Amino acid sequence: MLNIKIKKQMLTPVGPQWLDVNLDIAKGEFVTIFGESGAGKTTLLRMLAGLSPPQEGSIEFGDRIWFDHSKKINCPVQRRKIAFVSQDNSLFPNMTVQQNLEYAAIANKRHEIEECVLLAGLKGLEHQKPGQLSGGQKQRVALGRALLNGPELLLLDEPLSDLDIHARLGLQDEIIEIYKKTGLTTVLVTHDLAEVFKLSTKVFVLEGGKIMRSGKPQEVFIHNDLSGKFKFTAEILEIHKDGVVNILTLSIGNHVVKVVATDEEIVDFSVGSKIIVSSKAFNPLIISSST
Amino acid sequence: MQPFILTFKLAIIVTIILLIISIPLAHWIAFSRSRFRYIVETLVSMPLVLPPTVIGFYLLVAFSPQNFLGHFFESVLGIRVVFSFTGLVIGSVIFSLPFMLNPIKAGMQNFSINLVEASYCLGKTPVETLRHVILPGIKPAVLTGMVMAFAHTIGEFGVVLMIGGNIPDQTQVASIALYNEVEALNYHTANLYALALVGISFFTLLVFYYLNRPHAQHQN
Repeated sequence: MLNIKIKKQMLTPVGPQWLDVNLDIAKGEFVTIFGESGAGKTTLLRMLAGLSPPQEGSIEFGDRIWFDHSKKINCPVQRRKIAFVSQDNSLFPNMTVQQNLEYAAIANKRHEIEECVLLAGLKGLEHQKPGQLSGGQKQRVALGRALLNGPELLLLDEPLSDLDIHARLGLQDEIIEIYKKTGLTTVLVTHDLAEVFKLSTKVFVLEGGKIMRSGKPQEVFIHNDLSGKFKFTAEILEIHKDGVVNILTLSIGNHVVKVVATDEEIVDFSVGSKIIVSSKAFNPLIISSST
Repeated sequence: MQPFILTFKLAIIVTIILLIISIPLAHWIAFSRSRFRYIVETLVSMPLVLPPTVIGFYLLVAFSPQNFLGHFFESVLGIRVVFSFTGLVIGSVIFSLPFMLNPIKAGMQNFSINLVEASYCLGKTPVETLRHVILPGIKPAVLTGMVMAFAHTIGEFGVVLMIGGNIPDQTQVASIALYNEVEALNYHTANLYALALVGISFFTLLVFYYLNRPHAQHQN
């Protein structure tokens, strides 16, 4: 169990703001911290990693105290046994893929490194330098490297936000695979609603430095009691007025879809808005199966 | 020839000592949050602004056998610092320290903190991170520091003259031998010393700029 009760002052474009977070994460749970830029997501993750100390409060992981302001305890990052993957992947440019993995592995576990290379689809790239890899390949190495150190907590700081949609979807599946295989307690920071729904079982919504809502993604983001069969998270690419209705062009997964919406429905929306598309009811086509 | 052998011996020893001192010191200054680091940075950079004779004078006084430090070195360690090669080494190390330290420190301060933190997250200590991640990433800065310290030691005059004097085969380095020849009105020999020093400086810097060319850095 990860118990977090911390306070830290952040400097935001609108002035100083307190990050005041109190949350519990169960062992083996996959949670996301969702919020806009500047909400304090990365600051929170860095405090969990031990890269930046809180100003008040405590962080406990299982029976270990990682941080306690009143007792002046601050366990260094090296002893927290965490795996941290950030947006910029932080691969060491002077080392090849193989050397990056060897550097991370405890006591040069050759077998595990080979397994990691195979799992991450990096066969044939072992001797390449990070600069020669694509964005998706770099994140695969970063993810594999982080896991070779025998971590007990996986922290992911928007690791997929710089990737194109194909690489992103592939890596999302890979993260799910890793989670299923290792059962590692995982905290993912993201501002992508699709990622929240696809990956996590619980989401904490961080707004202005505070956790405003938490729960299952469906409970948190779908407020009205819909009875729909289909629900998708989507991003609005275009709003086009056509007579009395509006045609919304949406990005759902890696598909572009057009739907119709009334003026009232789109009053709060603009291009780039993240929305949920759900069908309240549908009439199936019933066709005779006899020839 | 002897002054040149002495000059090179001095420059090589000083460069090695400075490299050993500067890497941990630069790491501390670059990554420490201590307020004392500003005082240390200021003290280390003093030779950049002070006349060399001022430093040479204070070293001469400090290491004089009548004073505590000089007495300690002579009676306890059996080393006479003033007017000896040891004195030249100590004086040159202090005087050339900013030339080695500053490029390495700047290299470390500009080095990606994300890479340092990534190494820490993998459970690596600051020393392991320094050795495997930071130093390979700041090779050009280390090379700059080494060349600057080496070249500066070769061209040193004031500190060396004050603490080492002008003893042939012991403390008479090339720059002092040149001064000596001019005083004795031997302009031809003085010219040979001067030309040789110009040549050495030119080739040291030429090799440095060749090794540090942008293309070579991209290959790293």
